[in-house]
Amino acid sequence: MAARTLFEKVWAAHEVVPETADTPAVLYIDLHLIHEVTSPQAFSVLRSLQLPVRRPDRTLATLDHSTPTRTEQVFGNVPIVLDDAAKQVQAMQRNCAEFGVELFDLRDARRGIVHIIGPELGASQPGTTIVCGDSHTSTHGAFGALAFGIGSTEVGHVFATQCLLQRKPKTFAINVAGRLQPGVTAKDLILAIIGQVGVGGGTGHVFEYRGPGINALSMDERMTICNMSIEAGARAGMVAPDETTFAYLKGRPRVPTGAAWEQALEHWRALVTDPGASFDKQVDIDASTLTPMITYGTNPGMVLPIGESIPQKRGDAVFDKALAYMGFTAGDAMLGKPIDVAFIGSCTNGRLEDLQAAARVLKGRKVAAGVRLLIVPGSQAVKREAEGLGLAKIFIDAGAEWRESGCSMCLGMNGDTVAKGKYAVSTSNRNFEGRQGVGARTLLASPYTAAASAVAGRLVDPREML
Amino acid sequence: MQAVSLIRSRTVVLPAPNIDTDQIIPARFLTVTTREGLGKQLFADWRYDAAGQPRPEFALNRPEAAGCTVLVAGRNFGCGSSREHAPWALVDHGFRAVISSEIADIFRNNSLKNGLLPVVVDDSTHAWLLEHPGAEVSIDLANNSLNLPGRAVNFRIEAFARYCLLNGVDEMGFLRGKLPDIERYEAARGW
Ligand code: SF4
Repeated sequence: MAARTLFEKVWAAHEVVPETADTPAVLYIDLHLIHEVTSPQAFSVLRSLQLPVRRPDRTLATLDHSTPTRTEQVFGNVPIVLDDAAKQVQAMQRNCAEFGVELFDLRDARRGIVHIIGPELGASQPGTTIVCGDSHTSTHGAFGALAFGIGSTEVGHVFATQCLLQRKPKTFAINVAGRLQPGVTAKDLILAIIGQVGVGGGTGHVFEYRGPGINALSMDERMTICNMSIEAGARAGMVAPDETTFAYLKGRPRVPTGAAWEQALEHWRALVTDPGASFDKQVDIDASTLTPMITYGTNPGMVLPIGESIPQKRGDAVFDKALAYMGFTAGDAMLGKPIDVAFIGSCTNGRLEDLQAAARVLKGRKVAAGVRLLIVPGSQAVKREAEGLGLAKIFIDAGAEWRESGCSMCLGMNGDTVAKGKYAVSTSNRNFEGRQGVGARTLLASPYTAAASAVAGRLVDPREML
Repeated sequence: MQAVSLIRSRTVVLPAPNIDTDQIIPARFLTVTTREGLGKQLFADWRYDAAGQPRPEFALNRPEAAGCTVLVAGRNFGCGSSREHAPWALVDHGFRAVISSEIADIFRNNSLKNGLLPVVVDDSTHAWLLEHPGAEVSIDLANNSLNLPGRAVNFRIEAFARYCLLNGVDEMGFLRGKLPDIERYEAARGW
């Protein structure tokens, strides 16, 4: 057989009907994750067609986007402030009960952000296809899965048939040489990659992150990388599974055991790009040359090393508009810019290692006067682990707010927002205008940079606090 | 879904590249459980000021934009989130087609499923359209052609999506027709 890429292997194994010139492929979906924002309209379609969810056993639901993160709202009796958000949460509870879909409900110990809980449970496995009505589904590609975001109509298709109609995308190798230096994280690496490829550079392609710089990363780090594939326009990003992947998965609740585990391992070990397989496009990047990165504009591609100054781009109206929104001027140094808020959390950086990084900076330090530091674990499991390891105490002692899990300030539709004109250093994935609240100004960075800047009250290179 | 064939309109132009779905419809309007009525929140933060009043200078608010069904936008339109609320809002507002030199994957898929025609054109046609807001254009899906004053260009569109748009059918029926294949696949994998 001809040499194939990892993507091509996973794709071929899921073709129920191959594509033709006239029709797309019918692609089988192994795992369908759903949340409260993009599923209600799909449940309505099922109802109007009088159809069941065909494979509830391959469907998993959680509450994260419009769900509040204040403990008194989740576990107390304080109502959800936003009336519409409350209705959406209730609709999810009703829909899942009616259609027999397993829901990690508001107070469930397994609840969390959809892209955090799949891996945590061991439900996100190598070689599988995973979809969700959410563009950051690319996160699960860290396990060597083909995982991508879909719209609500397609959520309905998967409900009814467990399949999607898809044209085969092209392949794009992101070759990463070298190791990240201390204080430089996976977040800095993916921001640098997006800066190099551009925000639309991956359109129509599936990334495969490969090379020694990727092999050296932990699963939490690989998830951070794959998570932001969509910010370069790629619907999916993948990393070939290896011993790091298997060690992470072993013993998790939804992973096979005994002989079935050995069998799975044998299958998973074959999920690598064959020598000689070719990609439609590729770029090379050397991780060892990177320093902490920061965005200065209104898309994740407007990014630079934190020690640099905003470039001059004369006559570029879009660039000027972004700087005007941010309240910056070309030529400004990024270091030293005052900040109002720091947010550590989201499906990009809301896992245990991210919180451990934040704790390394915050231990024995205090958040600067006038700065709000919000730390939101990606799942209830992460929350318990962080509390067990004493991280939560470090955060609270430092003056941070410590919450229940959810999307929180990543998208500001659950009560957690950044006020108009304020600057937020955020570990999330989008710095679009208004993403964190109307008029909010977002600076994307790593957990180290967010924590260190919260302490300093201005943008700093976190390596001075490590 | 309504069948799409010939769309004839003047254009409204939003020249910025990388217009993301958070601009098309901000997240705070996603707490709905239906798909209707989102047109009033289309481009909410660009269209309205802090007091909720329309900003007269914004392209969609100008008198000449009334009744236009074709939106011309900068490169990489619809990037960002997978929210189908973005095409729902555009359709609810009255748009039937979006033209750009590059349209983000998920947004393009979502548009096709809602009778909103994503038209990807070459850079020079795109540049001309950006420079001529209000141009009279017609989009002839049956012939894959975009007609501009004095000339026509072809655009490419995925064959099956085109078939569905022309005939006003949705993909659900087609997919459900494949259930015997799906069952065979599942049986073979022991799924
Ligand atoms: S944390 Fe942010 S990016 Fe991730 S799923 Fe939630 S809203 Fe989307």
